[in-house]
Amino acid sequence: MSTQDAYEEYYVPHNSKLPIFASLGIFLTVFGMGNMFNETKAGVDSVFGEIVFLLGGLTMAATLWAWFSVVIRENHQKLYSDQMNRSYVWGMSWFIFSEVMFFAAFFGALFYVRFFVVDWIGGVGDRGPSDMIWPEYVPHWPMVNPPNPELFPGPAEIINPWGLPLLNTILLVSSSFTVTLAHHGIKEGNRKKLVNWLALTVILGLTFLVVQGYEYYHAYQDLGLTLASGIFGTTFFMLTGFHGAHVTLGTIMLIVMLGRALKGHFEADDCFGFEAASWYWHFVDVVWLGLFIFVYVLGS
Amino acid sequence: MSAVIEEHHPDDHHHGPDKGIMRWVFTTNHKDIGTLYLWFSFAMFLFGGVMALCIRAELFQPGLQIVSPELFNQLTTMHGLVMVFGAVMPAFVGLANWLVPMMIGAPDMALPRMNNYSFWILPFAFSMLASTFLMEGGAPNFGWTFYAPLSTDFAPPSVTFFIFAVHMMGISSIMGSINVIVTILNLRAPGMTLMRMPLFVWTWLITAYLLIAVMPVLAGVVTMMLMDIHFGTAFFNAGGGGDPVLFQHVFWFFGHPEVYIMILPAFGVVSAIIPTFARKKLFGYDSMVYASASIAFLSFIVWAHHMFTVGIPLAGELYFMYATMLIAVPTGVKVFNWVATMWQGSMTFETPMLFAIAFVILFTIGGFSGLMLAITPVDFQYHDTYFVVAHFHYVLVPGSVFAIMAAVYYWIPKWTGNMYNEPLGKTHFWLSFIGVNITFFPQHFVGLAGMPRRIPDYALQFADWNMVSSCGAFLFGFSQLLFLFIVIQTVRGGKPATEKVWEGAHGLEWTIPSPAPYHTFSTPPKEIPEAHG
Amino acid sequence: MNTVMRMWFAVAPLLLLSNAALADWSAVNMRQGVTEISRGVYDLHMIIFYVCCVIGVIVFGTMIVSMLMHRKSIGAEPATFHENTRLEVIWTVIPIVILVVMAIPATSTLRDMYEAGESDLDIEVRGYQWKWQYTYLNDDPAKEIQFMSALRTSQDEINNLENKGEHYLLDVDNPLVIPINKRVRFLVTAQDVIHAFWVPDFAVKKDAIPGFVHEAWTVVEEPGIYRGQCAELCGKDHGFMPIVVRAVPEHEYAMWVAEKQQEAQAAFETVGKTWSMEELMTKGEEVYMQHCVACHQANGQGIPPAFPSLVGQGVSVGSIDDHIDIVLNGKAGTAMQAFGLQLNPAEVAAVITYERNAWGNNMNDMVQPKKLGTMMASQ
Ligand code: HEA
Ligand code: HEA
Ligand code: HEC
Ligand code: CUA
Ligand SMILES: [Cu+2]
Repeated sequence: MSTQDAYEEYYVPHNSKLPIFASLGIFLTVFGMGNMFNETKAGVDSVFGEIVFLLGGLTMAATLWAWFSVVIRENHQKLYSDQMNRSYVWGMSWFIFSEVMFFAAFFGALFYVRFFVVDWIGGVGDRGPSDMIWPEYVPHWPMVNPPNPELFPGPAEIINPWGLPLLNTILLVSSSFTVTLAHHGIKEGNRKKLVNWLALTVILGLTFLVVQGYEYYHAYQDLGLTLASGIFGTTFFMLTGFHGAHVTLGTIMLIVMLGRALKGHFEADDCFGFEAASWYWHFVDVVWLGLFIFVYVLGS
Repeated sequence: MSAVIEEHHPDDHHHGPDKGIMRWVFTTNHKDIGTLYLWFSFAMFLFGGVMALCIRAELFQPGLQIVSPELFNQLTTMHGLVMVFGAVMPAFVGLANWLVPMMIGAPDMALPRMNNYSFWILPFAFSMLASTFLMEGGAPNFGWTFYAPLSTDFAPPSVTFFIFAVHMMGISSIMGSINVIVTILNLRAPGMTLMRMPLFVWTWLITAYLLIAVMPVLAGVVTMMLMDIHFGTAFFNAGGGGDPVLFQHVFWFFGHPEVYIMILPAFGVVSAIIPTFARKKLFGYDSMVYASASIAFLSFIVWAHHMFTVGIPLAGELYFMYATMLIAVPTGVKVFNWVATMWQGSMTFETPMLFAIAFVILFTIGGFSGLMLAITPVDFQYHDTYFVVAHFHYVLVPGSVFAIMAAVYYWIPKWTGNMYNEPLGKTHFWLSFIGVNITFFPQHFVGLAGMPRRIPDYALQFADWNMVSSCGAFLFGFSQLLFLFIVIQTVRGGKPATEKVWEGAHGLEWTIPSPAPYHTFSTPPKEIPEAHG
Repeated sequence: MNTVMRMWFAVAPLLLLSNAALADWSAVNMRQGVTEISRGVYDLHMIIFYVCCVIGVIVFGTMIVSMLMHRKSIGAEPATFHENTRLEVIWTVIPIVILVVMAIPATSTLRDMYEAGESDLDIEVRGYQWKWQYTYLNDDPAKEIQFMSALRTSQDEINNLENKGEHYLLDVDNPLVIPINKRVRFLVTAQDVIHAFWVPDFAVKKDAIPGFVHEAWTVVEEPGIYRGQCAELCGKDHGFMPIVVRAVPEHEYAMWVAEKQQEAQAAFETVGKTWSMEELMTKGEEVYMQHCVACHQANGQGIPPAFPSLVGQGVSVGSIDDHIDIVLNGKAGTAMQAFGLQLNPAEVAAVITYERNAWGNNMNDMVQPKKLGTMMASQ
């Protein structure tokens, strides 16, 4: 098919009710969340925020469901040319790039505090004699002794990388392999292979989440390592937390793909939905490797 | 295959717009969405402008007369936010929506439904932001740069909604940019090679890339604030091992590219208009492309020039000074190329050209003051004074805003099929040109003389020039009502525009009828013109 | 042609306006200041300004010539040239050269500013919402001089109820006093939000960042009074926290130090005596009007929700210990500061007594400075 022909078939939907609902959904979600947070902070006893948040979440979920259904249906109707599919490929790639930059902000924050601020607060380095303010403080990473221990009580201990985190690394890395094997399944037209490996990937993902949940529990209960235990806890939970949120999202995507695979979707030359989910999964995996190295191993 | 399409959407290829308001709500058409963006942006320009006029009215004389100091800070903050995120950025997205598909011979934007989504998030986001004025404790009052800890531990409760509004704007911008990039990379008509694309398309490609790279960082930094405020984290609190300056690093890593996001598409607009009215091909097309890319690249590595006074070690200060100065080079290349384009042309001075020429001159003046700010030891004196305010209004108002207006005058005949009223357009230009200079030129003086920014009241020696500046602001502000009038008049009627509209115009958008049909280039154009501007 | 005419019409009033101002350059230009550094900075400023002017004249001149000569209305035909690599290289290289030349003096001035020399006097400068605290560091803490420095301009002047004085908004109750020809080191920090310590005549501007200490220094050559302002948005009264520095010859400085140290001694003694309710109320009102009124307002009603009312609610009509605690130690994460760091025991005792008995808060109890003195000393 020449580019010229492909181009002529570019499908432009006439109009769509989906986006306005998605806008409304996102608005209600964040508006509800804002109210929730502010009510909690002000000590107001009200469920207004929760209700709006829930409404927003449901609207969002329903709209996304409908949206993807429409896209899948259109694809099955063969409305999409190769060129159209390329648009989706590009779109997904740039979306992942934006996610990379989001994590970059948090990694940047980690490096900055770790390599500069920890020392500067103790008056070490060329920023100024800040130790005037914090005479008791000794620069040390991981920071178990925040300068103001009353406001930010430091953790008793931090997580040992060679326990649960190592297990999680193994889980995620192997899930990257399994998802690739599932992809091979599509390419070979072997649905059973696809379904089995994909299901295993989902199980690995879920196990990862359970392990991480347990790790958090352990950190809070036993180690005194919390969001509020100073910058170490802050960066630790923010980075691993956002990563966990992305794993959750990725797992949901994979579950949806599993459902579609069971319904008989995906052909060797038509499986972008699956591929997008698997790219996302690989991206999440790579971020984890970064976390494992910079937060867990080099952090301790 | 097309038979399949016909089955499900009999009128899919050549239908017109729907009727009624729902046309605008449900539309997936790039022209409709472009129009929505442009009107939204104009509304925000008035909203931000009214706040600016309140600021200028308060600063007309020393003493407190109109607004309280709390409200003043809220006005300054919201003025900056609304102008940047509500007026200038959406205006350029609107132009991209209208023009990019027509310029590269594409049938629409690549992801039309997402395009609608990107737009409709904005009214929700800005309603939420504007509603903070009515909340207990008032609107955000910590400047558009919202430095922690003033914006975290010491902020009014409405900061939570501000944070979420920023998240929504970010989502909108990222989706909008993905759309632009994908459209440009994937939907060019056969034969439209990258180096044949109009510069407006080039600059938008680069801008979109910048947006995707930095909007997530902005989302990251407001998320850190959210966590510090509500969940006890210590990002910006030395007591927990954090650092308020960390906020500034992350913010300006976004913030500096952001200012080029607001100027690069303007460069593209001007590069289209000057060749048209000089009747001469753009000078140095290739170097213009490379210069734009260099500016974008450099913009990532200069952020700390906004933070020279925060106590960065010497080596850091020197590095950021040198890198910042370097940006003058590719920007200079652009300016020189525009001048060379005008040189030995055959110029006429219709309204778009007047705005474009004013852009080149006044933007350059703003660039000069930028270069002065880049000299670190001197920035210690300039920083956080009205000299900075003068600098960025010169690059933003007669820079970005003039470019947007030039674009509207230039392409409105294509959009509406009607010519605007030329004498009125020229009047609008001259009023704006004079107004803008009276407003912002004296701000250099008060800044150098030592007037800090973001203050509701000032010492007596600054009184005269502030009064001049305030007068100019009202002149400039009210002139924009004339602009509104001209646009409405043109939308409703006027002398019919020809296909090509301007004698010297080149490019695909001038090969289709005026007004541009609802769907253009459903089949790709056969002839792809050489790059001209 | 008439476009050009119109352009001149536009520019003429501007030129006239600026001509009127030329009579007094200080109103439109940076000042040279009174230190070696500040003069260096001024010179740099002028160089880069002239460089820009020259480039501006060339660029805008070319444009204007082009607009005059290459216009269709006088029959100009468009040329066809549209690229020239040599030109592109030239106008890339020449600006680079200019910038390099510019960077050399800029670098050397910056290095001078960062030069860490031995200082003769160390002063800690601490920004508060919305005033400054100066501490003259001394190895012997008993000899440290410490005081707050806040705006002196009256509210009536600000609200246009009274004529504005000469130093409207640029006057403080206790100026910073430094000796001339000595190297004075400022250790700049902040208690709550970011402020910036800026004295234009010294070319010193340093952000005051809570939790960190930054250094700046100056050697003032001429005695005089130098005025600056806080230069970082720090909340409501950011526009109302000026800085005044009095630079004096060394002997005068010595006298001032002696006087300050005596004052501190006297204040210390008043803490020891037993105060009457009346004395406490008078002193309390004075302190309140100076330190508390910005947030809690003259009528005690505050500006809720940011700044709570002290009338008929909360600790002011409740537990006296909690009241003392919040005034002494502030409340972390809010604008309410630890006034134990700023006020002496007598002042704290007085202001607490005042709050408990003013505006109809008739608690009829009082706090004696003595009690606070022991509390504060034990901390
Ligand atoms: C459209 C927006 C825009 C643009 C294009 C620019 C362009 C530039 N800006 Fe500006 N800037 C802002 C918007 C913008 N800025 C804003 C909003 C702020 C304030 C934010 C805040 O604090 O609220 C700011 C603040 C700001 C600061 C911080 C000041 C301070 O707070 O202390 C600095 C410091 O270096 C700076 C520098 C520059 C430089 C060097 C350029 C350069 O890109 C300019 C280059 C152009 C030229 C130099 C002119 C043309 C060139 C020639 C004709 C070639 C020959 C010239 C020479 C060799 C001299 N800007
Ligand atoms: C693109 C961005 C942009 C634009 C276009 C403008 C436009 C203007 N700005 Fe703005 N400005 C900023 C970006 C911008 N500004 C930023 C980022 C800041 C920093 C904020 C901060 O410190 O945090 C700032 C700060 C700022 C200050 C400093 C405030 C301070 O430090 O305290 C001032 C003061 O004069 C000012 C003035 C103006 C004026 C007079 C205009 C004029 O161009 C406005 C023109 C006026 C109108 C367009 C109004 C038209 C409307 C009417 C006439 C009424 C009709 C009414 C209805 C129909 C309802 N601006
Ligand atoms: C910069 C603003 C500011 C200044 C100046 C200030 N306060 Fe406050 N004050 C606050 C804020 C904010 C709170 C609320 C703290 C909280 O959230 O509990 C507060 C709370 C209080 C309370 C407790 C009120 C209650 O019932 O809970 C007292 C008492 C008080 N201040 C006394 C003073 C005194 C005495 C002074 C002057 C010596 C003073 N304040 C100066 C901002 C200020
Ligand atoms: Cu303190 Cu501004
Ligand atoms: Cu910048």
